[in-house]
Order: sequence, then C-alpha cells, then structure tokens
Amino acid sequence: MTPFKTLTSRAVVLAADDVDTDQIIPARFLKGTAKTGLAAHLFADWRTQPGFPLLGTPDTSGAQILITGINFGCGSSREHAPWALVDYGFRAIIARSFADIFKENATKNGLLPIALPAAACSQIERVVNAQASTQLHVDLASERVSLPDGTSFTFPIDPFAKHCLLGGLDELGYILAFSERITAYEQR
Amino acid sequence: MKRTLFDKIWDAHVVAEEAGRPAVLYVDLHLVHEVTSPQAFAGLAARGLPVRRPERTVATMDHSIPTTKLVVVDDAARAQLRRLADNCAKHSITLYDTESHQQGIVHVIGPELGLTQPGMTIVCGDSHTSTHGAFGALAFGIGTSEVEHVLASQCLLQRKPKTLEVRFEGELPAGASAKDLVLAMIAELGVGGATGHVIEYTGPAIRALDMEGRMTVCNMSIEAGARAGMIAPDETTFAWLAGRPHAPQGAAFAKAVAGWCELHTDDGAQFDRTLVIDASQLAPMITFGTNPGMGIPITSAVPSPDDAEPAQRNALAKALRYMGLQPGEPLLGRPIDVVFIGSCTNARLTDMRVAANVMRGNKVAAGVRVLVVPGSKDVKRAAEAEGLDQVFRDAGAEWRDPGCSMCIAMNGDAIEPGQYAVSTSNRNFEGRQGRGGRTFLASPATAAAAAITGRITDVRTLMPTTGGER
Ligand code: SF4
Repeated sequence: MTPFKTLTSRAVVLAADDVDTDQIIPARFLKGTAKTGLAAHLFADWRTQPGFPLLGTPDTSGAQILITGINFGCGSSREHAPWALVDYGFRAIIARSFADIFKENATKNGLLPIALPAAACSQIERVVNAQASTQLHVDLASERVSLPDGTSFTFPIDPFAKHCLLGGLDELGYILAFSERITAYEQR
Repeated sequence: MKRTLFDKIWDAHVVAEEAGRPAVLYVDLHLVHEVTSPQAFAGLAARGLPVRRPERTVATMDHSIPTTKLVVVDDAARAQLRRLADNCAKHSITLYDTESHQQGIVHVIGPELGLTQPGMTIVCGDSHTSTHGAFGALAFGIGTSEVEHVLASQCLLQRKPKTLEVRFEGELPAGASAKDLVLAMIAELGVGGATGHVIEYTGPAIRALDMEGRMTVCNMSIEAGARAGMIAPDETTFAWLAGRPHAPQGAAFAKAVAGWCELHTDDGAQFDRTLVIDASQLAPMITFGTNPGMGIPITSAVPSPDDAEPAQRNALAKALRYMGLQPGEPLLGRPIDVVFIGSCTNARLTDMRVAANVMRGNKVAAGVRVLVVPGSKDVKRAAEAEGLDQVFRDAGAEWRDPGCSMCIAMNGDAIEPGQYAVSTSNRNFEGRQGRGGRTFLASPATAAAAAITGRITDVRTLMPTTGGER
C-alpha cells in the first residue's frame, strides 16, 4: 500500500448524501478478478449525466480529493468502490460521515476518509466552488485539512488506521504476528 | 458485569488486543462467493500464504449465475465463476457450485445447512452477512482485503462497535410481516442511522417471528447502516437448527443448546442506544425512493420535499425525479411492470408460501413480468414438494433456479430502463435491478398482490379471498 503522509490537490464537490457503492461502481462492473482497471467504471451511471461535477472536465482533472455529504459509501461491501476511486486518482474523501464498511475498505487501499462536521465541509465547498483551482492541503500526521488562506480543520482518525496509512503498512502483517496466540486460541 | 448478547460473543472471540489497537477477533465461519473473493485469493498467492483453516471457509456461487437453464451471461462472469472453482479446489475449500444439490444464495444456505449457529462469529465479503445474526451469531460483511485476512489468519482486526437495541413491542397486525417491520425501522432510523452500531432486536414482535422472518429482519440491518443485527436464540431457533446437516447431532445437540441458552442480554445490561417501535401500529410498507430508508406505509402518499428536513430536501427531490413520482400522489393503484420475488431477504420457504397463497388461483396481470427465484436448491425442492411452483406457473410467473438474480442484476435478469418493479429484495438504489430501473421494495405478500393486480396494492384488501397472511 502506498503510504499517505501529505497531499496537496484541488478538489471536486459531489453534493449528495448517502452515495451508495452501487453508484460508485455499478454491479455489472464487478465481474473482474483484478483490483485495477476500474477507473473507467467509476460513477458509471452518473458521469454521463449533464452537470455531473467530476470526471473529465478541465476544472476537475487531476483532483485527488472528493468532497461529499453524509454517509458516503453506504450499501454493498464491495471493495471495488475504493479500488475504482483510487484507480481514478483520488487519495482522500472529505465527507460529513462515512458508512462503516466503506471507511474500512478505503483505509486499506491508501484512500484517506476525512470526516468533518457539516459546517467545515460547507466552508471548504464554498471556497472550492468559488475557485475550482483551489489547492487543499491534507496533513495526516497532524490530522488537518487546510485551505490556502491558512484556515484549517482537524479530523478524527483511528490511531491504528493512521499508523498503517503513514507507514504504507497493511493489516495482515500485524495480524500474522499473533500467529501463536491464534493457535493457542484454537486449541483452548 | 452485566453483558449484552453482543458483548458475550465479542468477548469470547478476542484473541488479542493491544492498547490503542483494534482487537484481533477470531472468525468461526467464513462464507465466500464469486464476486468479492478472487482478489483476496490472488493476494494470498502473491504473499505465498496458505489458507489457515480451509474447513472454516465455505463457498457458493450465487451472484452471477443464470437462474434458467441458459448459459452464463458473459465471459467475464464465466471466468469469475471458474476462478472461484479453481481457488476452492486449490485450497480444499468446500464449494456449493451450480451442480451441487445444496447450492443457493450464501445467506440462505449458511443457515439451511446448519453452518450458521448461535454464538459464532461469521463473516463474508457481502454486506448482508448480517442475516446470520438471526441465530444469535455476530455476523457482518467485510471487504475483500479482509477476506484475504481471514483466509490467511482466520482473524480480523475489529474496533468494538456500539450497541443499539431495537425493541418491537406488541403484535404485528394481519397483513404486515417481518419485511414491513424492518422497512419501518429503516424509515425511522434512516440509511445511516445505525452506523457504528450492532443492533439487537428484542421484544414480543421479534419473539413471535419464525426463523425466516428473523432472517429477513437481520438481513436488512445493514440498510440502516448497522454493522450487524442479532436476535438472541430461543426454542424457535433450536427447533429450526435441529437435524440440519452441519448442526451438532444427538447428545452433542442437547449440549450445544445448553450453551446457547446463555446467549442473551443480561437483565440490566446497558445498550448505547435504544429505539422502541410499536409493531401493532405497523402496516404493509413500501419504498418510494432510491434508498431503503425512503419507506412509507403503503396507504400513504409520496412525501413532499417541501415538508422534509432542509438537509434532506435535495435528496428527496432527486429520488422522486429518478422514480418519476410526484409529491403527494398515492402509490396505491400505480401500475408496475415487473415483480421480483427472491433475494437473501425474502426467498425462503415461508416467503414462497406467502407469495403463493396470494397468487393461488389468480393470473398475473397482463403485461407484467413476474420472476420467482427461490433462495436455494433446498428451498426450490421444498416449494416444489408443496406444489408452490405449480401455483406460480399456473398464475403465469416464471419459476427459476436459485441465485441472486434480479436483486443485483449481474446475471442478465434485469429490469429495463424506466420500468417499475415491486421487489422483495433489499436495495432500491438507482440502477440496482438494472440500469435506469425503478424499484419499490416490499414484502412477498405485497409483491404477490402487485403481480396479480399489475398495480401497487394493499394486500389486506385481497385477504378475505387468500386466507390470513402472516
Ligand atoms: S440476494 Fe442480493 S443482497 Fe443477497 S447476497 Fe445476493 S446480491 Fe447480495
């Protein structure tokens, strides 16, 4: 997994609540056996609609941060959702809140879920909407997102998820270090 | 220390827990299907790791298989199915493939085979794993990275969730079912309302449900955002499990039951939250929007965004646009194109019986396509033994082979753009049942009523001729 330390990028706003993983990547694209090559299917049924705020417009190209509403990633447990977001180039999602399984899946793929209060999200959105080229800065070590004028917001992150993201570590190594304890548990 | 049912199962499965780190939780049963497992097996191979306990993983083919005698929908699906078969053969994992007499939807066959048992931790790369909580197990969906973790270590890293008691007081009235109960709960909580929580369902209306109904309720826990849903086991549970192929047999069963009897929330144990719903006030429910939280009693009018909380106005307006519905219009009487009776929510034998009772002696309305897809081969055989298949066929419905089918529309069973479906499945997300398709989620009784009238119908108005429905 690619470590996540800091990120400076423009952002795109997806003004919707409860974006489910069937929208992030519809089920008909789940027939592959690889984690890669899913960018083309990201928001497959939304990106063709007029006014959809990301994917392919000059303003948003290169944006690595997505800003959205409450309960992002609800529904299916498909890890294809973060795979598709990462494959497209996103490294962080700023949302009012996240669905549990999506959040777990995201951090395991180096995609940082940043949950901020609604007021903070709205403030960031106003700045980004006013100027699409706005660069946001994310610093995981200090758990902060900053606007160009220096305004910054702290976000909560589980200490272990932070540790894994900063170091680019995956959890399996940590679990396997307990092999003897697992054996003891099985034999109890 | 007074403990909840959840606490008891959690505590019994913590292998290790370091300060500031998630717990290493042991997994008793790992279920696998074709869609969310190939990358996990590939990850394992890349690391050169074996499957730690192949006998604790059980696989089935369900999501992209055909439900008719026709061939698999496309090459990608075929390759994915073959990959699952190869991976299971390579690692000595039991696979219920399409040739197996016990194949079916993963959340239908786990309980049916007696693999699902009280007190277990059960995971699957599938969000509806919450279904298995109906047996007093801690069962939840995981991502593919975690599938790999379980294959390699039989463990998962988990942060302890909070607990939410949802207590259903009173008795469900005639015409309302387990599906209506859970749709009403999700409408109350909202699709994110139980995020971070494990729900324990309690109260007389839950105790009165049969196991199939309890599975329907637990199945949809995830639709309120919950990590899992569970129901303390009781005599209903034990009776259902007795004699199942993988359940303990004979004296071992009696001994197991004695242990399972401890699996309940202690008097005085604290939940983080409690929600009380009066089941006696519930009516048949139906969804009108594009997430399972957008549900109303079937006799209600479509809500208006103007009356919604400001934060929900846009979402509601967007949902109504997608659904082609006007605020204030009634749903009753609205013509529909497709009826789907199936899925891990409502494709068990009792669901088939309820639907058949409504359809018996009636014809499917002109122009309506009705798919009845049993949840497993066992369900199919049992339904056929009772002649239910004939009821559906005589009515003009299609009686299919088991699989996920039109719940997720991966196998070619799909609704057309713009069509309306009444579906017994669990998700009405945009395009879930086919690109551009519009879904009304409801109970098997309501779906069957729509099948014969061709319209959204209050099944209670048909009840005198069909005999009382549960
Ligand atoms: S029936 Fe639907 S919800 Fe259930 S496992 Fe299959 S696809 Fe998932």
